[in-house]
Amino acid sequence: MLLRDLWRLRGQVLAAAVVVACGIAALVAMYSTYYSLIRTRNSYYADYRFADVFAQLKRAPQSLVEEIQRIPGVAQVAVRAVRSVVLEVPGLAEPATARLISICERPERGLNALVVMRGRVPNPAADDEVLASDTFARANGLNPGDRVAAILNGRWQSLRLVGTALSPEYVYEVAPGGLFPDNRRFGVLWMNGDVLEPAFGLKGAFNDVSLALAPGANTADVVARLDRLLRVYGGLSAYTRSDQASDRFLTDELGEIQVMASAIPLLFLAVAVFLLYVILSRLVQMQRADIALLKAFGHSDLSVGTHYIGFAAATVASGLALGLPLGVYLGKVFVGVYRGYFHFPQLHWMMPASLPVALAFATFLAAALGALGAVRSAVALAPAEAMRPEAPARFRAGVIDRVGLVRCLAPAMRMLIRNVTRRPIKAVLSVFTISLAIALMVVGRFPVDAVNTLLRWQFDGVQRADVAAVFSEPRSASVLAETARLPGVVEVQGFRAVPAWIRALYRSKRVEIVSTTPHGELRRVIDQEFRRIDPHDDGIVLGQKLAQLLAVKAGDLITVDVLEGTRPSFQVRVTGIVDELLGLGAYMEHTTLSRRLMEADTVSGVYLRADPAQWEPLLAELKHIPAVAGVSSRGALLASIKETMDRSFITFSAILTLFAAAIVVGMVYNSMRVALSERGHELASLRVLGFTEREIAFILLGEQALVALAALPVGLLIGYAICALLVPLFDRENFRLPLTVSPQTLLVAGSAALASAAVCGMIVARRLKALDLIAVLKTRE
Amino acid sequence: MATNPDETAESGGVFHLHDVSKTYHVGEVDIPALRSVSLDLYPREFVVLLGASGSGKSTLLNILGGLDRPTSGKVFYLDHDLTAASSAALTQFRREHVGFVFQFYNLIPSLTALENVALVTEIATKPLTPLEALTRVGLADRQHHFPSQLSGGEQQRVAIARAIAKRPDVLLCDEPTGALDYATGKLVLEALEDVNRELGTITVVITHNVAIAGMADRVIRIGSGRIIEITTNSTRMRPGDLSW
Ligand SMILES: Nc1ncnc2c1ncn2[C@@H]1O[C@H](COP(=O)(O)OP(=O)(O)OP(=O)(O)O)[C@@H](O)[C@H]1O
Ligand SMILES: [Mg+2]
Repeated sequence: MLLRDLWRLRGQVLAAAVVVACGIAALVAMYSTYYSLIRTRNSYYADYRFADVFAQLKRAPQSLVEEIQRIPGVAQVAVRAVRSVVLEVPGLAEPATARLISICERPERGLNALVVMRGRVPNPAADDEVLASDTFARANGLNPGDRVAAILNGRWQSLRLVGTALSPEYVYEVAPGGLFPDNRRFGVLWMNGDVLEPAFGLKGAFNDVSLALAPGANTADVVARLDRLLRVYGGLSAYTRSDQASDRFLTDELGEIQVMASAIPLLFLAVAVFLLYVILSRLVQMQRADIALLKAFGHSDLSVGTHYIGFAAATVASGLALGLPLGVYLGKVFVGVYRGYFHFPQLHWMMPASLPVALAFATFLAAALGALGAVRSAVALAPAEAMRPEAPARFRAGVIDRVGLVRCLAPAMRMLIRNVTRRPIKAVLSVFTISLAIALMVVGRFPVDAVNTLLRWQFDGVQRADVAAVFSEPRSASVLAETARLPGVVEVQGFRAVPAWIRALYRSKRVEIVSTTPHGELRRVIDQEFRRIDPHDDGIVLGQKLAQLLAVKAGDLITVDVLEGTRPSFQVRVTGIVDELLGLGAYMEHTTLSRRLMEADTVSGVYLRADPAQWEPLLAELKHIPAVAGVSSRGALLASIKETMDRSFITFSAILTLFAAAIVVGMVYNSMRVALSERGHELASLRVLGFTEREIAFILLGEQALVALAALPVGLLIGYAICALLVPLFDRENFRLPLTVSPQTLLVAGSAALASAAVCGMIVARRLKALDLIAVLKTRE
Repeated sequence: MATNPDETAESGGVFHLHDVSKTYHVGEVDIPALRSVSLDLYPREFVVLLGASGSGKSTLLNILGGLDRPTSGKVFYLDHDLTAASSAALTQFRREHVGFVFQFYNLIPSLTALENVALVTEIATKPLTPLEALTRVGLADRQHHFPSQLSGGEQQRVAIARAIAKRPDVLLCDEPTGALDYATGKLVLEALEDVNRELGTITVVITHNVAIAGMADRVIRIGSGRIIEITTNSTRMRPGDLSW
């Protein structure tokens, strides 16, 4: 009997099973991705001794290492020489920026150990051998044996790649201060310390410290002591993993997957339970007489209930059977996408064995719940009562009739409206479920929209220079005149950027204060609405997120402790707060900042606008200026970001859209089949009266079309609301997502939903041809 | 399309059935429902079909109404060959020419009496107004009631109003009083009789109630799928004068 019921309702059962499968697949895919990443990260960090505390400084003698070692709680110390240099890479027009890091003889040991992926480590005796980050090498098609060139010691040196490697420090490989990876133009190079240290003027000295902590160490205390030790050596404040760029991104991303891994599958399971409830309610209604008979013969409520729960269990079981492999497959796809972002020596897809078991348990529980709702009424029926057919539908003039609206409609339209309004709760639930699916499609595309807006804000509004060049040391402003003479340069704007602590009462944050030029067009301080919020007079403008972290508002006084040069401290008034989308901004007017730093007019770098025709000679010249530590080109950066975004977000949003479409199909198909079985009699009567197939299809499908159309605006609104709820989740120090939903997203979501509904309509409409007109006349509904 | 002279309409019959047979196949078994039935229906006549259960009455009626097709033989409505018509053409035929009344009324529960009638007048070419049709069956005052608010007899009269509202050329009624009590049954029969007299609609009524045969012009007896006997009444009795 169970099998016969399942077979009879196979279409609807399949629809519900598909929805269950989507939920299972989403959960398995996301959770296994999360699990794979976190497991891989943990073992990578442990095996290759990722440090716990990091600090950069100007220059400290090797002898300081012993003192650092004596800080209570420090287990291991590693010091290095680290500096960014401009790199010339064969086949790359723009100059790349390399992070050159000194290594000792055995870089596979010690803290932040390297994993050699290809080739070998540099020969200790060689002075031109480097290991390149595997990511950078692959992005540029570099192989062991190839050469790159960098300015070391004020002159060009050709460096020979002898191998490629990965490091736990650069799982997410971005340039310092950068947000998005650009693996062609930024990479890490490791080189013998004996060569690098003298080249950086760090012979017998270091400018970078990493610490591993002993178990139970007081991290804050270690950081404070380290800062005190490094202070006189130009230390830039130590920080922990949570402020280490790569780990921070990885951790944030894992947090997001975790949220998604619970929210989205829950939604699917809720819909599946609802579908099961609807299907079973209908089944119970059709089988009232059978149930009564069984009960009259003395079957217990339990045995009757078990039948329907078995039905639900069989449905979710097929959902599980479908969803698990799909989830495994998608999990592998997701992990593959992450391989492009996060660089581990190996990132395998993994799933805890307990997951399918827990999932099976949870879904069967949910199914039993849905079934119970429907079955409760069945087992509650007194046998005698159940034998009688259910009372016929009673229609009364409803609100709409009273309004008089119905009077001007055709009868078919009235049937439609009265049928919808007769069971308002059911209609509302259907509308709601379909709108959730539409919302899901909107949410699926939200990251694409938000990042596009963010990029537009950043690259059209803020960062308008074609090229930005950063000097290795602050330079006199006279350099501006020199840069203006470079080929094709149309406009030059210098800027000063200094690392500093900003303090307000007991709160503090380490930031970089950047100077602005009044009316400067190449780098602007603007809010989300593209309004300029320039710092003026003696004040400082803070980004909203920074102001929030420091709990300051416009008009407050804050203290600035500069971490460079003579390390002056000063108080300054906050004159404006700007709701920026990226970073923790702090801006002062250029001359004010110079005065406060007690230095002559100096610049840390320049923004350039250049004639595109002179592009190549300009870049070529920039590469060869020894003082330039890094060059970034706006166009190349933007293109590279877009490429990475497209790959990951579009995969993700396409999968969500597909899943959401499955919900729409499941819901609509189900409603239509129910409607067909409830109203087949009526529709056949109409056919007898001379209505054409097309006309009765309109009556049957019109109701669903009405529901789908009503769900459309609701779904788009709910989608927007969910995005609004998501925005605070993405309120990070690095970036904030703007609340934007593009018209394109609305269009995609809306048309995908309507298209899925239309497909169902066509499938069900085919069944109308098979209506048995004569049978209808023999029976009483 | 066969136009063999002796197969086409003749002798003023509106419907002309020639050697019509209908066999149902259930699995391996053949069930003959009609066996070579030939019959003409004439303008304005009132016909009662009598016969035992399973004798083929409904099958015949359904074939007349374009709901079903014979297995063999020819059915003509005027010069339309219903046997050769497509399903869309049959739909069109029902829509334009046929009114149906069934034992179980088959009203649309979500529409009021008036709207149930309007459903048909909207797709007809020269209909009565829905209210006229309801007035004709004496239900003008119940026009805004839903089927669930009407008694069985009232529902059946709404069904008749719905069937006649398009001024059909033929009214086919399958046990219209089957589910009704004596008094209500009479009301319904009166309504049918009025329509037949005043609009001149050919009316075919299936019944198990032999008494009803008194109000017919012709009574056709069917047994085992064949026409056993056709009797012509010299005078038609008013439904009010019938008793059973
Ligand atoms: N769809 C069908 N499939 C198989 N046999 C059928 C079908 N419809 C009718 N029959 C058979 O055809 C024969 C004639 O049926 P029909 O419905 O015309 O009888 P009837 O005279 O209207 O009977 P009643 O007075 O009981 O309504 C019967 O033997 C019946 O069993
Ligand atoms: Mg019959």
